[in-house]
Amino acid sequence: MTRIRSTSSAFICGKSFSMQIEFKVNNKVHQLDVFPMARLLDVLREQLQLTGTKEGCGEGECGACTVVLDGRIVNSCLVPVAQVNGAEITTIEGVAHNDQLHAVQQAFIQHGGAQCGICTPGMVLAAVDLLKRNPQPTEDDIRNGLAGNLCRCTGYMKIFESVVQACRK
Amino acid sequence: MNNPIGKSFPRKEGRKKVTGQALYVDDLSFPDMLHGVTVRSPAARGKIKNISFEGDLPWAEFTIVTAKDIPGANYVALILNDQPYLASDFVNHPEEPVLLLAHKDKYLLEEARRNVRVEIEEQPAVFTLADSLAQKEIIWGNDNVFKKFLVDKGNVDEAWANADFIVEGEYETGAQEQLYIENNGAIAIANPSDGVTVWGSMQCPYYVHKALVKLFALPEEKIRIIQTETGGGFGGKEEYPSLIAGHAALLAWKSGKPVKIIYDRAEDMVATTKRHPSHTRHKTAVTKDGKLLAMEIDFAIDGGAYCTLSPVVLSRGTIHAAGPYFCPNVRIHSRAVATNVPPHGAFRGFGAPQSIFALERHMDKVARTVGLTPEEFRRRNFIHEGETTATSQVIRERVDMDHLLTRALQLSEYHAKREQFVKENSASNGRFAKKRGIGFATFMHGAGFTGSGEVFLQSVVSAEATAEGKVKILAASTEIGQGTNTIFSQIAAEALGLDFDSIEIVQPDTGRVPNSGPTVASRTSMVVGKLVESAVMGLKQTLLGSGLLPAQYTEADFKNACAEYLAKFGSLKTSSTYQPPPNVYWDDEKYQGDAYGAYAWAVYVAEVSFDELTYEARVEDFVAMQEIGRVLNPVLAAGQIEGGVAQAIGFTLFENVVWKDGRMANNQMTNYIIPTPADIPPIRVYFEENAYAYGPGGAKGIGELPMDGAAPAILNAIENAIGVSFNNVPLMPEQLMAADERG
Amino acid sequence: MRAFIPNYQITMPASLADALALLKREPGVWKPFAGGTDLMVLLEAGRLPHRNYINIWALDELRGIEANESHVTLGALTTYTDVQANPILRDEFPMLCQAASETGGLAIQNRGTLGGNIINASPAADSPPALLAYDAEIELVSSAGSRWLPYQGFHTGYKQMHLGADELLSRIRLPRNTEGATHYYRKVGTRKAQAISKVCLAAVGRMNDGQISDTRIALGSVAPIVVGCVQTENTLRGRKPDTETIAAACDTLAREISPIDDIRSTADYRLQVSKNLLTDFLMRLH
Repeated sequence: MTRIRSTSSAFICGKSFSMQIEFKVNNKVHQLDVFPMARLLDVLREQLQLTGTKEGCGEGECGACTVVLDGRIVNSCLVPVAQVNGAEITTIEGVAHNDQLHAVQQAFIQHGGAQCGICTPGMVLAAVDLLKRNPQPTEDDIRNGLAGNLCRCTGYMKIFESVVQACRK
Repeated sequence: MNNPIGKSFPRKEGRKKVTGQALYVDDLSFPDMLHGVTVRSPAARGKIKNISFEGDLPWAEFTIVTAKDIPGANYVALILNDQPYLASDFVNHPEEPVLLLAHKDKYLLEEARRNVRVEIEEQPAVFTLADSLAQKEIIWGNDNVFKKFLVDKGNVDEAWANADFIVEGEYETGAQEQLYIENNGAIAIANPSDGVTVWGSMQCPYYVHKALVKLFALPEEKIRIIQTETGGGFGGKEEYPSLIAGHAALLAWKSGKPVKIIYDRAEDMVATTKRHPSHTRHKTAVTKDGKLLAMEIDFAIDGGAYCTLSPVVLSRGTIHAAGPYFCPNVRIHSRAVATNVPPHGAFRGFGAPQSIFALERHMDKVARTVGLTPEEFRRRNFIHEGETTATSQVIRERVDMDHLLTRALQLSEYHAKREQFVKENSASNGRFAKKRGIGFATFMHGAGFTGSGEVFLQSVVSAEATAEGKVKILAASTEIGQGTNTIFSQIAAEALGLDFDSIEIVQPDTGRVPNSGPTVASRTSMVVGKLVESAVMGLKQTLLGSGLLPAQYTEADFKNACAEYLAKFGSLKTSSTYQPPPNVYWDDEKYQGDAYGAYAWAVYVAEVSFDELTYEARVEDFVAMQEIGRVLNPVLAAGQIEGGVAQAIGFTLFENVVWKDGRMANNQMTNYIIPTPADIPPIRVYFEENAYAYGPGGAKGIGELPMDGAAPAILNAIENAIGVSFNNVPLMPEQLMAADERG
Repeated sequence: MRAFIPNYQITMPASLADALALLKREPGVWKPFAGGTDLMVLLEAGRLPHRNYINIWALDELRGIEANESHVTLGALTTYTDVQANPILRDEFPMLCQAASETGGLAIQNRGTLGGNIINASPAADSPPALLAYDAEIELVSSAGSRWLPYQGFHTGYKQMHLGADELLSRIRLPRNTEGATHYYRKVGTRKAQAISKVCLAAVGRMNDGQISDTRIALGSVAPIVVGCVQTENTLRGRKPDTETIAAACDTLAREISPIDDIRSTADYRLQVSKNLLTDFLMRLH
């Protein structure tokens, strides 16, 4: 049971709420004390030290915070942690299996899908989700499937190429 | 492994990035760490009257830093040293940093930030380039001018008399936010006895180092700056990190604890640097055969409230303003001026996208006035080997813009499409149609620091061998996504005849690596890469000279030689310092001579559609053709071009900074629009090679090049599609509508 | 993140009945929290002053899409992904599916709900114009019972609506009468995906022997609420969609909407594009 670090001051601006939740992340069960409205993003990064999921905008626009929640991709900056009690989450740390990279990850390395890498965890999860739903996507399918993930470095071309190459595996 | 140069080696740190293991500054945490935030000015200009701490908060628990707490000098050491770390009695732009807070609890800290009230007794402010030039109010120095240049070649004044046509035009570009997906951040540990250490997202560790030496009045060896994995920079993390690093360090100094400052997106967008807005006037004398006789150019950029890098942005913009043409008489008068907005700064292209936009729009106008096609006009004026640029630099390499243009037009099916679009656009069935057009821009981009800049930098790279036969590269050049780690590894591996995996790139840490200069100006491959090559050659020479390494050696031989050498002598480390190529002369006074060691040359072609119903212009296809010396890594090189073109498309059609009283009003990703995967056309990239003798493997710099050509190519295409001329970017549908006839 | 998170609470009722009981006991204290795609954005910007939420995301009574001969009924928690996956909606209510596909990206579509979209009441919301054009009705429930009302007229002003302090939106139903109609949905945004609309038109047209028998025309982002353009519909009824009719309809439309200048666009642009969209729609009727 991991306790959250409560505010070190005796001061509390109004009433402070916390709750206990239990949920699975990358197949491991966690029990935590959390603030109910804490972002899932912050709980993953700060309480579970899973820093692979990134904050790019805090408004659900960039997709850098993408995780899989009960089988669907979501922006973890928009999910209050209270709602994941009993849920199953996969983060970027859970994509590779025992050091064996997923075909999408391998393709991103090989074909230039990652440059600075900050959008990459979200982009990889979105691509893995896309291929799960649609194993042979057209280029339009890829454009639309990744439309919620912004990249500033690549111009997207090599991300598309990486996904196409990953399909061939 | 032979000849890694020219092959698409996978990104050196790729595995870390795709598995989420790469550590960016916000991924780091230290014991006892506090969070820090910045309290900023609510007004654009005026005296700080009062700072009050409101709300019923436990202020005694907070570390509070003001200008009074600064141990050394209260300015960000850069060029003119006019920007304070913290405003003490006067503010010059909205969001100017006034006070810093730190606390262990980041939620409480944010509550506290909202409860610090900074009262400003406001004074009249200037928010536009035009108002600053007109001196509506003097807000900086005597005349609002940070810097000016005059380039004067031949005799422009006499040329007008001989002109068959004189063509004038005015062009404008707006501010642009770099929008790296990782916001600015820094973590500092600082105290008087140990000194200052800062980890951060940055492009130039030694810029931060230089700034903190002055901020803390400490000797150089007491300041240590470490670059963490950096999620994009594009110039936005060239000079800005000095400010945030200093803030984190000041809080750490006062609190005695590590302090982490991470901006959220709203703060990063509203408070940090953007691309300089520009205004350019062209006046061009040309013969009826379409030969350029004279160009008079007035180029002005808005630098925001403090000087930062404006003189250098102005310099690059000025030098690129007359383009890849030969013109015997050129006068360029340029100025960088102050306004009361957050200071503008480096952004890929650094002045050149602004002046090249004006030029390439203007060249189409001149062509039309003379009665030539855009293509024919360019062909009659392209510069060739032996001819001089605007700064009277003699081009001493084989330049064949004609050929690049022919190829680019072929690959984009320019002529066939132009004909086809004329037919299709005039056919009307009464419904809203999509008009189509195609246009291009021709340009060049100089790599490395201007003139004597590289000599002044005195860049150094070191190489160190390990007992396992690995070679470590110690350079201050940062990996920010462009491929530094991979390129350096390829260059070193090729020079040594070793495996790509035998090369290790040391994390840029001023405590460990020498000053290789900043990661900017398209210099990392071309200038620093060359030093990597010579540094490792030095290692090889040492080993050969010691007799421990045979003349023809294998990987195993090399490893044994290193092990033996280290056993004997303890360490094997060499350094290489920048040597300028011979015969490069630059006159800083007259702004004349060899501005850059090498230029990359390019032709970009944009095909657009214009939707008559929504007035939206869309890029449907894009051809990027460039000669870059040597392609060191095809995947990485294409990645640079594609990414730069995407940013340039954003600059042209999507990214509009909405200003309100000197503040960016649309400082959210919801309202500052960059292209998504659904908005980008196919970007087709083609390279030609023409080895540059002083670049590793013949390479020239390419990082900024792709930013220069898209905007004018797209607007040239839009004019082709709808017959209306627009001369500013960003060009939004609301403006396109105003010029449309229908409705 | 600009909110003091420890002050916020979300209570987790086990059933819809429990939720309604709480709302009745403490009306006005609790606001419903569904997928969070609007509320969390406000929270992070420091613009969510209300601190007490009741989690409805887990209430399965509010999920599901059912159809009988006359209607399709959607639970308030139907997500945009759910909408796009439903064959009846794709077949008979394509504008709703198109709106769903253009709302944010996939990660938003997996969490955003129709009910949330209606109650959040942004005038720029993408689905409401389609709902209006399809003559949607909505069901409001409280511990006292339930009532159906037409969606048209539900919003009375910017973020104002006929919703009691103890009521929740539970279902949305659409009459299955779109056979043979022309559907026209176009969202004009700041970019092709992940965009807030500048103008959004949803229109349905039914013809009879070369004349317009009826239309439904709804516009988003041109007024404080999503607008069902009843007067424009009146102007069109019984007429041929010729140049004169189109011009008359555009005139009426211009009087029925009140677009503004804002951070994304201008009143002039919104007005002109609204007219162009209407014109384009009418030109497709025959």
